[in-house]
Amino acid sequence: MSKQLIVNPEKCVSCRTCELMCSFGHHNTFNPRLSAVTVINYEAAMTSVPVMCMQCEEAACMKVCPVGAISQDGNGAFVMDPDKCIVCKMCMSACPLGNISFSPITKKMFKCDLCGGDPKCAKYCPSNAIQFIDPAESPGRKKAVAERFKDVFGEVVTE
Amino acid sequence: MNGWVGTILRVDLAAKTIKKEPLNLKDARDYVGGRGLGTKYFCDEVDPKVEPLSPENKLIFMSGPLTGTGAASAGRYEVVAKAPLTGTIGAANSGGYFGPELKYAGYDGIIFENSSDSPVYLYINDDIVEIRDANNLWGKTVNEATDMLNGECGESFKVSCIGPTGENGCLFSGIINDKHRAAGRGGLGAVMGSKKLKALAVRGTGSVNVARPEKFMDAIVDARAKLKAHPVGGAGLPAYGSNVLVNIINESGGLPVSNWRDGAYFPDAAAIGGESLAEKYLVKNKGCFGCSISCARVTRVPDGPFKSSGEGPEYEAAWAYGADCGVSDLAAICKANFLCNEYGMDPITLGSTIACAMELSEMGAIPESDIGFKLKFGDPQAIVDLTEAVGKNEGFGKILALGSYRLAEKYGHPELSMSVKKQEMPAYDARAIQGIGLEYATSNRGGCHVRGYVISPEVLGVPFKVDPLVTEGKAGLLKLFQDLTALIDSLGICLFTTFGLGLPEIASQYREAIGSNESDEEILLKGERIWNLEKHFNIAAGVEKDTLPPRLLREKLPEGAAEGRVSELYEMLSEYYELRGWDNEGVPTPDKVEALGIKL
Repeated sequence: MSKQLIVNPEKCVSCRTCELMCSFGHHNTFNPRLSAVTVINYEAAMTSVPVMCMQCEEAACMKVCPVGAISQDGNGAFVMDPDKCIVCKMCMSACPLGNISFSPITKKMFKCDLCGGDPKCAKYCPSNAIQFIDPAESPGRKKAVAERFKDVFGEVVTE
Repeated sequence: MNGWVGTILRVDLAAKTIKKEPLNLKDARDYVGGRGLGTKYFCDEVDPKVEPLSPENKLIFMSGPLTGTGAASAGRYEVVAKAPLTGTIGAANSGGYFGPELKYAGYDGIIFENSSDSPVYLYINDDIVEIRDANNLWGKTVNEATDMLNGECGESFKVSCIGPTGENGCLFSGIINDKHRAAGRGGLGAVMGSKKLKALAVRGTGSVNVARPEKFMDAIVDARAKLKAHPVGGAGLPAYGSNVLVNIINESGGLPVSNWRDGAYFPDAAAIGGESLAEKYLVKNKGCFGCSISCARVTRVPDGPFKSSGEGPEYEAAWAYGADCGVSDLAAICKANFLCNEYGMDPITLGSTIACAMELSEMGAIPESDIGFKLKFGDPQAIVDLTEAVGKNEGFGKILALGSYRLAEKYGHPELSMSVKKQEMPAYDARAIQGIGLEYATSNRGGCHVRGYVISPEVLGVPFKVDPLVTEGKAGLLKLFQDLTALIDSLGICLFTTFGLGLPEIASQYREAIGSNESDEEILLKGERIWNLEKHFNIAAGVEKDTLPPRLLREKLPEGAAEGRVSELYEMLSEYYELRGWDNEGVPTPDKVEALGIKL
């Protein structure tokens, strides 16, 4: 598995479509509190950041789980087995990114499972602020940095 | 419950009581939600002759059955009251995040009754609803009050509030949520201020369900894809915001200049349009809740005399402060627009009122001593200073705060108020674009473009192109647009979805959300029912007849695509009444009322 969720805060328009599609995809209802992705808005800085599980290869949530309810699936997602989970919430404390949640409605833990390989947050993001791509195939950021170098050093050479 | 969440809050601000009532589901089915359902509750409970700023006027916040769902651009709520500017039914809607949050808290709407004797705000945290003291918030700007409430209640609360102008009875003060989104027109902020209600702060953790989840998902994915693929909804508006229109409307010869006195072609249009805004001051695009269009502009004027930051301006504000005041300084327009959001005012009416004052001043009808300086068209400092004066309720600002009709009447020239039913017409000249003149004249809330935006077919060619200069066919087109818009405003979705969606897509989202098998036509009929109920209220309220300012009916356009033209309103009006099933005076006939199932 090589595709990753990539977040581009500079493109985020704070519409929270990702939250709606995540909650509907997993719970058949519209409720941002049941979404595994949350958009955090910084008004003074005029920016907003979608935050979700980045599927750490060294997954602290999986390591800390006392009943082995978290495992990695074929898509690279660390998923929870609700039959094994005892809702002890240790994973919530262990996650260094704060991306595991407890729902007071369902009384269960939930986290991003990459929607089985086609994450809806990325699929329906209207501004491409969330993308599900193979970084090696999409060297967008490397190119952006390279172009800045080109602009700076290119001028020097042409002078 | 699907679509709707099933509960209405009834808040008596005098008795300080809060009741939770089940949603009237029969009315919700007949009048949809938002604008329609809010108006239905209002008409059932309030005397049309009520004085708008008296305790007997009610103030209703109402979401729609699609608000807070994943339907395309479904982040809106409506505010309904009798409007102090016009004396008509007042209904204004707004996007942002407030409407969905209200539904997640479990409420379709809130009915405010009577007036408090001291400033209060309504606190809603899911089931916990309290009327709280707001003495410390009174007098604060929208930004200040919102920040203070987020400090007091918590960061996750969404705030809808009035600025100082709503407290001071400014007749075009709006209700502003999420700091920059406004239920702007008609002066509903003054109604809220008269009730001593400063704000609502809402946090909701619940859900909005739909009847047929799989089919609903199909419907919203289809709608979102069509919106994204459309040249206006998916490209023009995202790229430049609504202000993309300045150059387009100017080229059509329909951008009114200097209080509509100097024709409808503004030579400096490029300087105030969306393209210039993007080049000079745009920081980023922003979307309301669940919206793919993201037409909002986060903007900053980084330096100079008009250094400021905020959101906007929208097209109509850029026109009102720009072409209509003869001003081509975009930084000044941005600053004046930001001040409108801060003080809680409608920039269309205020910009137009300043333009009217400029004309009256130039012709010597207003003594210089009343204003304090020599007011002329084209003065960028003047639009900012006068906006500030209205915001602070100082000097000449106190007179401007009554709108252009009362201003022009005071100085002996009511005919120079470019308003219909005392509300200022926005940025499209009815002499160059004939259909929009019929819309201004017949709109149920006075001069207004968003009750039937026939600019779409007349200028933009959406969904098809018609000739803006002809009157033929406009009555039928407008009726269709007005009915569809009444439906859209009631569903809780944004009118801009019509730049990509038609009745089939809109009706489909509604059907799958609430679990209805009604046909598209039956659903559109709800829009017509809403329109007729509003009209009935206005007649009972004694609102003046449908017409346009004499300038549009008599003074020919001097240049541009529509050179030599006036508005030929009366070629369209009787056909419009006939298509509506109304009598010659524009009164719904008893047969029509009965056919629509309206119980009066």
